Amino acid sequence: MKHTISVLLQNKPGVLSRVTGLFSGRGFNIESLSVAETLEPSISCLTLVTRGDEAIIEQITKQLHKLIDVIKVTDISDSEYVEREMVLIRVKAEAQTRAEVLRVIDIFRGKVVDVSPKSYAVEVTGSASKVQAIIDILKPIGIQEIVRTGTIAMARASKK
Amino acid sequence: MEKISGSQAIIRCLQEEGIKTIFGFPGGAVIDLFDALMDSDITNVLVRHEQGAVHAADGLARVTGEVGVALLTSGPGATNGVTAIATAYMDSIPLVILTGQVPTPLIGNDAFQEVDIVGITRPCTKHNYLVKDAKDLVSTLREAFHIARTGRPGPVLVDLPKDVVAKMVDFPEKKPIRMQNYQPTYEPHPGQIEKACKKILKAKNPVLYVGGGVILSNANEELTELARKLNMPVTMTLMGLGGFPGSDPLSMGMLGMHGSYTANMAVANSDLLIAVGARFDDRVTGRLDAFAPHATIIHIDIDPTSISKNVKVDIPIVADCKHALTAMNAWFNNSSDFNREQVAASHEPWLATIGEWTKKHPMGYLDEGDIIKPQYVIQKLDELTHGDAIITTEVGQNQMWAAQFYKFNKPRQWATSGGLGTMGYGLPAAIGAKMAFPEKTVIDVAGDGSIQMNIQELATAKQYKCPVKIAILNNNYLGMVRQWQELFYNKRYAGTVMEVTPDFVMLAQAYGAVGLRATKKSEVEAVIKEALATDNTVIMDFVIAREECVFPMVPAGKATTEMLLV
Repeated sequence: MKHTISVLLQNKPGVLSRVTGLFSGRGFNIESLSVAETLEPSISCLTLVTRGDEAIIEQITKQLHKLIDVIKVTDISDSEYVEREMVLIRVKAEAQTRAEVLRVIDIFRGKVVDVSPKSYAVEVTGSASKVQAIIDILKPIGIQEIVRTGTIAMARASKK
Repeated sequence: MEKISGSQAIIRCLQEEGIKTIFGFPGGAVIDLFDALMDSDITNVLVRHEQGAVHAADGLARVTGEVGVALLTSGPGATNGVTAIATAYMDSIPLVILTGQVPTPLIGNDAFQEVDIVGITRPCTKHNYLVKDAKDLVSTLREAFHIARTGRPGPVLVDLPKDVVAKMVDFPEKKPIRMQNYQPTYEPHPGQIEKACKKILKAKNPVLYVGGGVILSNANEELTELARKLNMPVTMTLMGLGGFPGSDPLSMGMLGMHGSYTANMAVANSDLLIAVGARFDDRVTGRLDAFAPHATIIHIDIDPTSISKNVKVDIPIVADCKHALTAMNAWFNNSSDFNREQVAASHEPWLATIGEWTKKHPMGYLDEGDIIKPQYVIQKLDELTHGDAIITTEVGQNQMWAAQFYKFNKPRQWATSGGLGTMGYGLPAAIGAKMAFPEKTVIDVAGDGSIQMNIQELATAKQYKCPVKIAILNNNYLGMVRQWQELFYNKRYAGTVMEVTPDFVMLAQAYGAVGLRATKKSEVEAVIKEALATDNTVIMDFVIAREECVFPMVPAGKATTEMLLV
């Protein structure tokens, strides 16, 4: 089962390698990982997507929490949450496919961020599955390069 | 505020923590620190190899309960310490390891004797630091000690670049340390305590399964009180020996791969297993699905990651063992549901069954005339030291025989590398223990193979007038691996025959120590007596039955009830 885990940690050298070392050392897997500073510059927020049964996810969250530089660990997928990923795709766009590419981008509410005579660079944001969907659709037209950010996520605010 | 040098500040931090003895080996990157040490009242024990320094600090920590300190130089000095750091990490031993580092402008340049020791030790320390700014020196040192000794203890490494240590710094007054992101849970949840105690009252066949956490949290008295109050049998892990008196009638001895028949049968037939400061290691559980299959499991541990890691726990209690056991004892004392005589009587049939198992397969060995059986040597050591010596061990058969046949009645008289299984641990650890308690008898139970891994520390023992005794159970084999080869590899003794072994008597003499040898059973007692009476470091070379095996034995991957017996 897929889990999205959010980790607040000290923004110091070496902290990220403590997290990744923990995963490789204990044989947990990381599907994606994204990390950046929070409002408080001394603290970073790391979002990682992993897979495992209940016991493994329990170990992952406990082991993360055990790291001295980790402040807070939340398994976001325990509750309602929003997740987003961004992808940059360089897709072939020649005379006969340019219009088709633009239509697809429009359907996915993407943006063209770089244009060359033979290609577009496209930016698309959405859930991991939406990102995967546009990749699958553009693939037959000819994707030259993709870069994905990995998922970031946030728990939904309480409705009460 | 008066400024002092970084190295003076570090020494002052050690004094602040009550450190009297450290173990170290110098090098270019730590000359300043050694220089500052010379003006302090702290003794530096100059070891002969950095692994020995960290093991010695570890030995001192295990027998005293204090934080052990080692000081190593950069590069090879630091990497030589890694095995011993990992040893302490696996057994949760509080250490602070100070390593020298090249000056900060050179870090990352592949400078002479540079190594990324913080990167290397990240997975085998509780935490580690590289101090890049001199103003962080004092706070980092204080934090390192705090982390090492609190919660689940462990080694903390502080890497000290040469230029940082040379700078002048303030030495602010010590304030209580509060870390936002590190707050171990000491107090148990009262609801969980009540749930556990109620479950205990309902149990017919309970077993207390005691690990090193009981020793680390000094909870042996609380544990003993609980066991006797409820008349419950107790088994201990290798790390837990001494957590409950080994000669108490309720003690079933050690469990697991080389545990007693009684202990393994009791766990397999228990309806309630109360794990206290133990971590369900594979050497304890054997095949997981056959471990305590009928039991409800209560697990007390200060480290939440230990709970439900290997075995699903029914009633977890995250707390310091001492606090949790105190709360349980108090619950029983105050509970109207608890009638001590009645509960004690209700466990009598279970204890009778346990007694039957012991009668059927007691811990023992076959005597063979005047051939020295290693178990006999340990029994004699126990007898002639009145069970009161500090015993350290190497790793392998020697370690298991020591664990099986020495009766540990008190905590902190036993130092052995349990989790990592590090050969070469025993001699330096014995030196560390003896430095802490010069008046106590300290014996390293060794094999002829593992003693050679840190034999150079004989010189350290001599230099610091540290009359430790070394009992070598000499079979000219790497005995434990040979035993596996005998039992599971058609007696193909690949790489386990020690074709050349030094003459240990002459070797002792070469170091200015005393060497004694026994080749017959009838000589054992005299050799031990002479060693104990000698005010010098002594090697006792016991030439033992060559192919003696450690039994009982649960073959790897089997259920703990499938024991090979004597």
